[in-house]
Amino acid sequence: MAFIKETATLIRKEFLMEWRSKYALNGILIYVFATVFICYLSFKKIDPITWNALFWIILLFTSINAIAKSFMQENRSRYLYYYTIVNPAALILSKIIYNLILMSIIAFVCLVFYTIVFNNPIQDLTYYLLAVAMGGLSFASMFTMVSAIASKANNNSTLMAILSFPVIVPLLMLLIKFSKNAMDGIDRASSNNEIGVLLLINIIVFAVSLLLFPYIWRD
Amino acid sequence: MNIKSNWWKITGVLLVLFSLYQGLMGRVPVLPILHETIRNIYYHVPMWFAMVVLFVFNAVYSIKYLSSGNEHHDNIAVEAANVGLFLGVLGLITGMLWAKFTWGEAWSNDPKQNSAAIGMLVYLAYFVLRGSLDEAQKRAKISAVYSVFAFPVMIVLLFILPRLTDSLHPGNGGNPGFNKYDMDNQMRMVFYPAVIGWILIGVWVMQLRVRLLEITNQILEN
Repeated sequence: MAFIKETATLIRKEFLMEWRSKYALNGILIYVFATVFICYLSFKKIDPITWNALFWIILLFTSINAIAKSFMQENRSRYLYYYTIVNPAALILSKIIYNLILMSIIAFVCLVFYTIVFNNPIQDLTYYLLAVAMGGLSFASMFTMVSAIASKANNNSTLMAILSFPVIVPLLMLLIKFSKNAMDGIDRASSNNEIGVLLLINIIVFAVSLLLFPYIWRD
Repeated sequence: MNIKSNWWKITGVLLVLFSLYQGLMGRVPVLPILHETIRNIYYHVPMWFAMVVLFVFNAVYSIKYLSSGNEHHDNIAVEAANVGLFLGVLGLITGMLWAKFTWGEAWSNDPKQNSAAIGMLVYLAYFVLRGSLDEAQKRAKISAVYSVFAFPVMIVLLFILPRLTDSLHPGNGGNPGFNKYDMDNQMRMVFYPAVIGWILIGVWVMQLRVRLLEITNQILEN
């Protein structure tokens, strides 16, 4: 019970910090708009397979940029303060949940803007939205821990990309396949395998993050 | 030389020599497309078995390091990753040669090939991470965390994803496994010893490299 309360307080703190500066959200939204618009200007018209792939690539880079900040925003002395009062598992869990909410908002905005600029070939919208939500979940759970690892090493942003690409590729492959099925309006049961494996990986990543974070949060 | 503690090294050498001889001289079934290239199974497949075993070593010793803080465990973890990566490269090369003859192209966009290449990237990233940290203890701890974190992903990548899609490899996407249609009993008598032999050789090389690393560190300290 105390753990849940602690996590909830930390999530509230994340939102409050974001609300005060509005730095991450605004920056990332502009990033999304700019990228989608550049893609529009350079592609003009695209076929459905490229449409789907391009959407996920935009979302991938956006989320790496958004989540890379999650451990850099606050200064070291404030972390020193956290060490004394909170449980490390609560800290990482709060970051993951905050990033999950942030990613869901960004992914949804990205999808809306993307479909406005380009055409909209989605046939099964409910399942496509489910795919986008699962993408947000996967990116948030994977990149939060990677950004915690990268923040302990010195040259942050390059390392973040190097460490996160190999681990996100399997998820991205599953997401692209799942969302393509939804886009083509294929029978929903054909995506069951993908959904199952995605959920499985996310559960593993959650569990491993909670177990491993206590080892790296202090230097 | 003490036979009691070194029997597994001798076994490894003998098994690999046996499989090398049998691989070149042994009788193999005549099959369409594969023809004589089927002999490559004694070299290509054991590489992957040995690589996975060494990556398991890497993950296990990373966990051990996190719980003990013993530098020796970190040395084993890093050398296991080194040797595993080397075996993976050998597996990729032998696989590409084989693919060139049977599938027509060295890189045929096969899901297992792609997965294996990405799996290698995980461990290359592991070494980049190690390279970016100067302090030995911090390097050991953070890279151990990354390797434990990435290990389940690699398992999914190598063992689950290729089974979800169609693959040119046998045993995937509804294709029957090797055992079912073209590996006869005589081949199996060479294949399994080859797998065990290469695993033992891989572990031996790892052990030697750990000793070398520790001696080098000792000399550098003095």
